[in-house]
Amino acid sequence: MSRRALVLVGLLVALVLAGLASYYASSDPDGLNKVAADQGFDSREKDHDLKDSPFAGYETTGVDDGRLSGGLAGVVGVGVTFLVVGGLVYAVRRGQRRGTPDPATTRDSEASDVPR
Amino acid sequence: MHVPDGFIDAPVSVGAGVLAAAGVAVALRGARRELDDRTAPMAGLVAAFVFAAQMLNFPVAAGTSGHLLGGALAAILVGPWTGALCVAVVLIVQALLFADGGLTALGVNVVDMSLVAVIVGYAIFRVLVRVLPYRRGTVMGSAFVAAFVSVPVSALAFVGFYALGGTADVSLSAVLAAMLGVHVLIGLGEGLITALTVGSILAVRPDLVAGVRDRLPRLELRTPGTSRV
Repeated sequence: MSRRALVLVGLLVALVLAGLASYYASSDPDGLNKVAADQGFDSREKDHDLKDSPFAGYETTGVDDGRLSGGLAGVVGVGVTFLVVGGLVYAVRRGQRRGTPDPATTRDSEASDVPR
Repeated sequence: MHVPDGFIDAPVSVGAGVLAAAGVAVALRGARRELDDRTAPMAGLVAAFVFAAQMLNFPVAAGTSGHLLGGALAAILVGPWTGALCVAVVLIVQALLFADGGLTALGVNVVDMSLVAVIVGYAIFRVLVRVLPYRRGTVMGSAFVAAFVSVPVSALAFVGFYALGGTADVSLSAVLAAMLGVHVLIGLGEGLITALTVGSILAVRPDLVAGVRDRLPRLELRTPGTSRV
């Protein structure tokens, strides 16, 4: 399997998980929230400063259908995460190239996929 | 395990923020050396996958759920520096876009779930992978153990912050016992998801699992330029 195919398949899996499967996730409090409630420090929780933002709580403002609302939020999250990390990696790699004038690292990735 | 605003006081939150920022800066430097043509395309995928998996809370005990933290998984797949960056970005996106995890608690969350989980998970994984003979089963077992242990240790890191700057006057030993107890259970899920994910990639492209690259059969290294599809 080529790297590109693997990344595409992986992204598809992530989109399905976040966009569709997340609807069936447990809505019980997570470990920390449960402990906070049991031990009596959950009342210290403050409202999130961005609680009214469009995707707060993994729900899409203005979309009433729960499945769609959560699914859209999940797809947006997968996309944004992928792009932010992709951009970060691109920036780091550019810095790498400037630091090391080795032609093998500046050529097309297909040609330089050799363990260094 | 996303800490909301209000659990940890301001000074300790600021301290955690400084620690987190320093950790991310160090990770960025490390990623410069780590990122090559194999890890670079994987990094975005790993982050996106961790984000997706974190939406999937699974039940662990009566009325309690947990989800993947992903620190061990990310470190195994793309290396510890890049892995720490991936999880940190997931946490930042969650806090800013989905109001999940407090803004003032971002430092605590990055230290607990990115830095601590990555360091612990990766260290255990590497020790096991070096000691055990290289087989898919042993790598998956190593991934399970590494991911499993990383979760209660992350919980321990939270309790450490709570000991320093918890805002409620509650029994620390009770919080410690409860946090460890539930996160050992969540760790089993973490181990399972991590082992299965690493195993799937190992089955198709073992060279894309950064944490085992030095353990692959030598033949791969002798045929540069022709070994790839």
